[in-house]
Amino acid sequence: MSLTSPHRDTHGEVDPQRLRALLEGGLPLTERPWQALAEQCGMSEAEVLAWVERWQREGLIKRMGLVVRHHALGIRANAMVVWDLPDAAVAEVGRRLAAEPAVTLCYRRRRCSPEWPYNLFCMIHGTRRERVLAVLGDIIERQELQDIPHRVLFSLKAYKQCGGRYTREDQP
Amino acid sequence: MNVARAHRPEPAELDAADRRIVNRLQEGLPLVPSPYAAVAAELSLSEGELLYRLERLLEAGVLSRFGPMYHAERLGGGLTLAALEVPEDDFERVAEKVNAFPEVAHNYRREHRLNMWFVLATETPQRIAEVIEAIEAATGLAVFNMPKQEEFHVRLHLPV
Repeated sequence: MSLTSPHRDTHGEVDPQRLRALLEGGLPLTERPWQALAEQCGMSEAEVLAWVERWQREGLIKRMGLVVRHHALGIRANAMVVWDLPDAAVAEVGRRLAAEPAVTLCYRRRRCSPEWPYNLFCMIHGTRRERVLAVLGDIIERQELQDIPHRVLFSLKAYKQCGGRYTREDQP
Repeated sequence: MNVARAHRPEPAELDAADRRIVNRLQEGLPLVPSPYAAVAAELSLSEGELLYRLERLLEAGVLSRFGPMYHAERLGGGLTLAALEVPEDDFERVAEKVNAFPEVAHNYRREHRLNMWFVLATETPQRIAEVIEAIEAATGLAVFNMPKQEEFHVRLHLPV
């Protein structure tokens, strides 16, 4: 398939699969990055933007983003903080914790009772454990979570960090 | 304490402009013909300086490429967080077995009785259960499966 004459269906639509594959490789650091992708998959710049907009609108893509590699910045204390909240309170507390600047991810997850009663997970990163624990202590006080059972699980080692099939952010 | 720790590279140094760039771009790139120029204008930088700094941050390994952040579930895939309680003496052996599954995306050792935490990403939601069964068979350990039920949105991925 030549790049200048892409396969278009009867409606003149280009198959977006090639664009999807190119996007996976990342957006080039040039003044007109969408134009550069357009040239590589035989679309116009406007078509490329329209596809990406559509994928964002449909929720397939959250955003065209970049991921900060914590390790390269010396951010090596990575804490998964888990909470055992009453089901009725979890959504509200989840929203409040997510609004905390130090919290980088916040999910409600299925409990695995009785061994694992925790249903709210959030991540806090920092350069040192002491710092992360101080930040957490401050959050607990301000959000009045003193009576909520919680655990802090620091990571000791990352054994595997590949993106898998699609770009994902650090998952707690 | 593993040996690798002794040979860690020094953390990259970011100046104030780098920090503003990283914090702004974690929110995503605008869908306009010249997105870098638009972001540069927001940050009172020239486009050339922004591109130069981004190249440097990518080379230093501080940033990954600009790519699409997908919603795995909406792509029709399955995604879950799972954990194992691995006997200390067996940890490396079990880690190798678990990491051999292509569906395992991240695997962290954490300080807890449940000491191995990994993310599973599969082509279909049904496949999660199959992979969990296969991991249980390969390791002889029970997998704790904790799928996401709700996501609370943080504004920035990581303020630096």
